[in-house]
Amino acid sequence: MSTETAEVKKPSEALLSKRRKKLITDPLVDDNPITIQVLGICSALAVTTQMQPTMVMALSVIFVMVMANLTISLMRNTIPSRVRIIVQLAIVASLVTLVNEVLKAFAFDMYKELSVFIGLIITNCIVMGRLEAYALGNKPYDSILDGFGSALGYSWIILAVAFFRELWGSGSVFGYPVFDNVSALFGDDFSLATNGLMVSPVGAFIILGLIIWVQRTKTGYVEH
Amino acid sequence: MQQSNAYIITFSVILTVVLGLLLSGTSELLGPIQKKAEELDTKKQILGAVMPAEELNRMEAEEVISYYESRISSKVVNINGEEVEQDEEGNPLVAENVNIAKNFKRAPEERLYPVFIFHAEGNEEDVQSIILPVYGNGLWDEIWGYVALQTDLNTIEGVTFAHAAETPGLGARITSGDVQARYRGKEIFNEAGELEAVRMQKGEGKDYSADPHKVDGLSGATITAEGVNKMLERYLSHYKSYLERKRTGDAPVALN
Repeated sequence: MSTETAEVKKPSEALLSKRRKKLITDPLVDDNPITIQVLGICSALAVTTQMQPTMVMALSVIFVMVMANLTISLMRNTIPSRVRIIVQLAIVASLVTLVNEVLKAFAFDMYKELSVFIGLIITNCIVMGRLEAYALGNKPYDSILDGFGSALGYSWIILAVAFFRELWGSGSVFGYPVFDNVSALFGDDFSLATNGLMVSPVGAFIILGLIIWVQRTKTGYVEH
Repeated sequence: MQQSNAYIITFSVILTVVLGLLLSGTSELLGPIQKKAEELDTKKQILGAVMPAEELNRMEAEEVISYYESRISSKVVNINGEEVEQDEEGNPLVAENVNIAKNFKRAPEERLYPVFIFHAEGNEEDVQSIILPVYGNGLWDEIWGYVALQTDLNTIEGVTFAHAAETPGLGARITSGDVQARYRGKEIFNEAGELEAVRMQKGEGKDYSADPHKVDGLSGATITAEGVNKMLERYLSHYKSYLERKRTGDAPVALN
């Protein structure tokens, strides 16, 4: 009996087949949600003054996207198409509230700093966009990979922006005083100045613009 | 595919109930931990007025709490500076539990004013500074903080400010150490003994070290700075009677 069913079954796809790898790697550069699709800009500007909150934000977005994609994909055959947007919104909002509550309980300082922006994950177009475009029509495992890929694409960009903003704006990385230590190497009179522009949202625009510029020069992507 | 209305309604109801249970369950579960985190945060803010933030951040949660308990005593006073020991229902008052934001909504005469006293370890008589909470409106939302006065009840030992939603990089800078350090050593009463408080000036980068009632402003955050000024002025005036009584050594307990 068991051998018969095994024969009928199609050989299952490798856990990380080429197609599935592409689900994760595509959004990193070629189809990056921030630099190519230009989604999720609002939080990319707001949370990126320092590395640490940015890291928390990135992890939260990864969690919300993976879980939302999984849930929607599991429910995809039962969700009535006429109310699907509301269903997606309800699921995302619940997940975001969960993240917010957990942060409030276990990382209160982060919660104080980020709670406004965590709430805004709900309106982060990347999340809803992937649910609508992918999770509604694909199997759970693929949807998880897709969500993870898009969230990673978002994360590395905001982390890169935060790295330069914190370095130039506050002279540190993850709170470690880089500028002070570098200045100390050159004697007492030498001190690297921080750039206040980087701390304000304008700084994020500039860094983001530069990243998009570099990336598009390399990939040759043009908007049509 | 088109589903029937009955299906859609049933689906929505089930979804709502499931998500509702999930969320209320979580908040029930995490509620006590969140409350503790909030209390710890308040204690950190109070201590932040008398000690450097870096030192506080290095301390573990339990260390902060035990340090707080050994160094801070508290009481509640009214607008006349009289100590209040019971609330309207006759329950004993604890300064840490007085909700400043709620009290802010009442008329100044009816508010409860907590006072936190920073004293030497284990000796409540050896007062080192008096910490007063302040509360007001910034540009977008509430701002609050704690002002520590030295034993002359005039010189500012240190301040902490916090905010709910000021603009990052502009108004939100009131939480940064270098802005708060500007208040250190300033005086709230003028030479004639009148309350003058300390005002943040418009613009940034000038030297106000000669003037005990002025500090350098926040460039690009005039409204937040103005909010801080109002907050300090108002609350210090609310505490004025208490400070004056304390100065003359006359601090009777209110009868109510």
